[in-house]
Amino acid sequence: MGVQWVYPEFEVIRNDTRCTRCQVCVRQCANEVHRYEKEFNIMLSDESRCVNCQRCVSLCPTRALKIVKSNCELRENANWNQDTVREIYRQAESGGVLLSSMGNPKPYPVYWDKILINASQVTNPSIDPLREPMETKVFLGKKPSRLERDENGRLKCELAPRIELSMPVMFSAMSYGSISYNAHLSLARAASELGICYNTGEGGLHQDFYPYGANTIVQVASGRFGVHKNYLEAGAAIEIKMGQGAKPGIGGHLPGTKVGPDVSRTRMIPEGSDAISPAPHHDIYSIEDLRQLVYSLKEATEYRKPVIVKVAAVHNIAAIASGIARSGADIIAIDGFRGGTGAAPTRIRDSVGIPIELALAAVDQRLRDEGIRNHVSLIAGGSIRSSSDIVKAIALGADACYIATAAVLALGCHLCRTCQSGKCNWGIATQRSDLVKRLNPDTGARRLVNLITAWNREIKELMGGMGIHSIEALRGNRLMLRGIGLNSRELSVLGIAHAGE
Amino acid sequence: MKYLDALDMDYIKLNDAIRACHDNISVTNCLGQRFIGAGAREYDIQIHGVPGNALGAYLDGANIEVFDNAQDAVGDTMNAGKIVIHGNVGDTAGYAMRGGEIYVRGNAGYRTGVHMKAYQDKLPVFIIGGRAGSFLGEYQAGGIIIVLGLEETGENKSDKPIVGDFSCTGMHGGKLYLRSDRAGILFPEQVTARPASQEDMTEIEKYLREFCAAFDFDFDMIYHSFYTVVTPDNKNPYQQMYVAN
Repeated sequence: MGVQWVYPEFEVIRNDTRCTRCQVCVRQCANEVHRYEKEFNIMLSDESRCVNCQRCVSLCPTRALKIVKSNCELRENANWNQDTVREIYRQAESGGVLLSSMGNPKPYPVYWDKILINASQVTNPSIDPLREPMETKVFLGKKPSRLERDENGRLKCELAPRIELSMPVMFSAMSYGSISYNAHLSLARAASELGICYNTGEGGLHQDFYPYGANTIVQVASGRFGVHKNYLEAGAAIEIKMGQGAKPGIGGHLPGTKVGPDVSRTRMIPEGSDAISPAPHHDIYSIEDLRQLVYSLKEATEYRKPVIVKVAAVHNIAAIASGIARSGADIIAIDGFRGGTGAAPTRIRDSVGIPIELALAAVDQRLRDEGIRNHVSLIAGGSIRSSSDIVKAIALGADACYIATAAVLALGCHLCRTCQSGKCNWGIATQRSDLVKRLNPDTGARRLVNLITAWNREIKELMGGMGIHSIEALRGNRLMLRGIGLNSRELSVLGIAHAGE
Repeated sequence: MKYLDALDMDYIKLNDAIRACHDNISVTNCLGQRFIGAGAREYDIQIHGVPGNALGAYLDGANIEVFDNAQDAVGDTMNAGKIVIHGNVGDTAGYAMRGGEIYVRGNAGYRTGVHMKAYQDKLPVFIIGGRAGSFLGEYQAGGIIIVLGLEETGENKSDKPIVGDFSCTGMHGGKLYLRSDRAGILFPEQVTARPASQEDMTEIEKYLREFCAAFDFDFDMIYHSFYTVVTPDNKNPYQQMYVAN
């Protein structure tokens, strides 16, 4: 073993009086932290391999284990903090580009936490969702800008194709490959039971999941993995992925090691070959080119499927969204810079893009100013963490929200942020069959249904508090929001007043 | 075979009419209508005139023959079938195609065959009779691209290489054949260019025969020429690039 420049990040604390030597921890840890020395009847651990995923902690039957952050640290330095120094050591050692997983963990402002929701007092009485019907159903797609009648005076009721959701939430794109079969099955079942949608990501649609098509959004990205006619026709909508909040401006690489037989079949690429999604679509260099892809998909599906264009929230997002709204897309999905990922270069994840709150407000305002807000629906994603985040997003102008990190948390993710290793002990971000089977799709689907059902109750309560019956009446209703501790520039971008105003 | 005059039809009307026909169809007076044959499976389409962008996108088994030039994005994400173009094609033809064949008698524009793939028994083949523009076969992940550089006489005769710049950037699968030596062509580091072996030639013989039959070219002359073959060194080009953080 060479010189180790820093002490491992985590320590494994084992209460030896509680430990029964059952070795569950040994069997559960794919990182091989724990081991049993039979000769001396002792448990040992190699904490340098520990990622703090808490699998051993959760499964230890006598609660003999805990993982703590090591306090053996470098001398304190407000400028050169531990992470920065470690990153330099890693790169000096390997010459590699730093690769991280899950969303941006840096302490940027979380605007959701600086926005407060209104409630009715005295006038416009609040509503009790337990005794009055509350509507959280939404339709995503183009809305007619005016009523039209035929020659007999009857209303023309032909509408553009839409997605119908029981509530304004969808599971956002996570490909089969980046997450496991059982994780996908859990999402598909839950979406189907909840009357919402999940999203294939750009990994294709596994043959077993075609029955969930009515609750599936199929994605078309620059690598076009698994994209063919049946796939396009299978879903409730087609999403063109132009960008992702965690890594705006760059593509994706699924390493060949994760492309086993099943992933290979689903993506329709050879086993063991890297699945490379180029950064741009090489056939899209303009809004006109995007329009061409939108309409080629519509033609191929005979105008029966709404088309979503997903972009990362970046500096000029309002102008970009205006272009997309004119490209023929039915729905725009905007992914903020705190969105999760199975793997992204650290520097890009942590310093490229803008928060979804600001992007969403800017886009909604721009589309209203230009009189084209009804041409598209807006989906906001990129770290929506709770029902109140959703309510705030709707009031800022979203038609619905995408959630993914919250969904994998419900499945057991402990945010250890090492998805890229492919050794997820919770059976989510892995293709190793022994690990995948740890995630029971029945349990997974139930936990997702529980979470989203609970959120829907909370949304109804928040709506009721504001005296609002229907979620549609909340959309873009920024009078229901106030900022707290925000400067006037931030308030002006968000289009809300400060608390007390 | 049914006949359809595309004069004064926009693409929505024309494509509706083609889909409604449920038979092989011959379209005349085609003038830039886009998306013809998108996702088509069963019935063959012949086109007289110039079809617009995204001809045969997601093509899934049908045959398309164009007796003139075609524009951009021919055969985008094509899965099966055949597209035969008697003239030239524009940019980004064969983007991400997974199966089937595209035969172009003339030249191809920029970004031809970007991210072509192969999968199980699916092996896409793209043959260009003339020259190809820059960025040919970027990110190629599978399949076969062949550039023949034919019919260069008179004022068309050029000493320039038969492909433009930056071919094969990011290539990690498949093969590129050039009916030429590699003089003047720069390839990226992660690919190898070498003279074609007999085995390489046997692999494409069937396709070259079809190509020559489609356009009435002399197979023997074309087949018995010097070919350069380009293949990637590694199907995992980014393996060494990252360090976990």
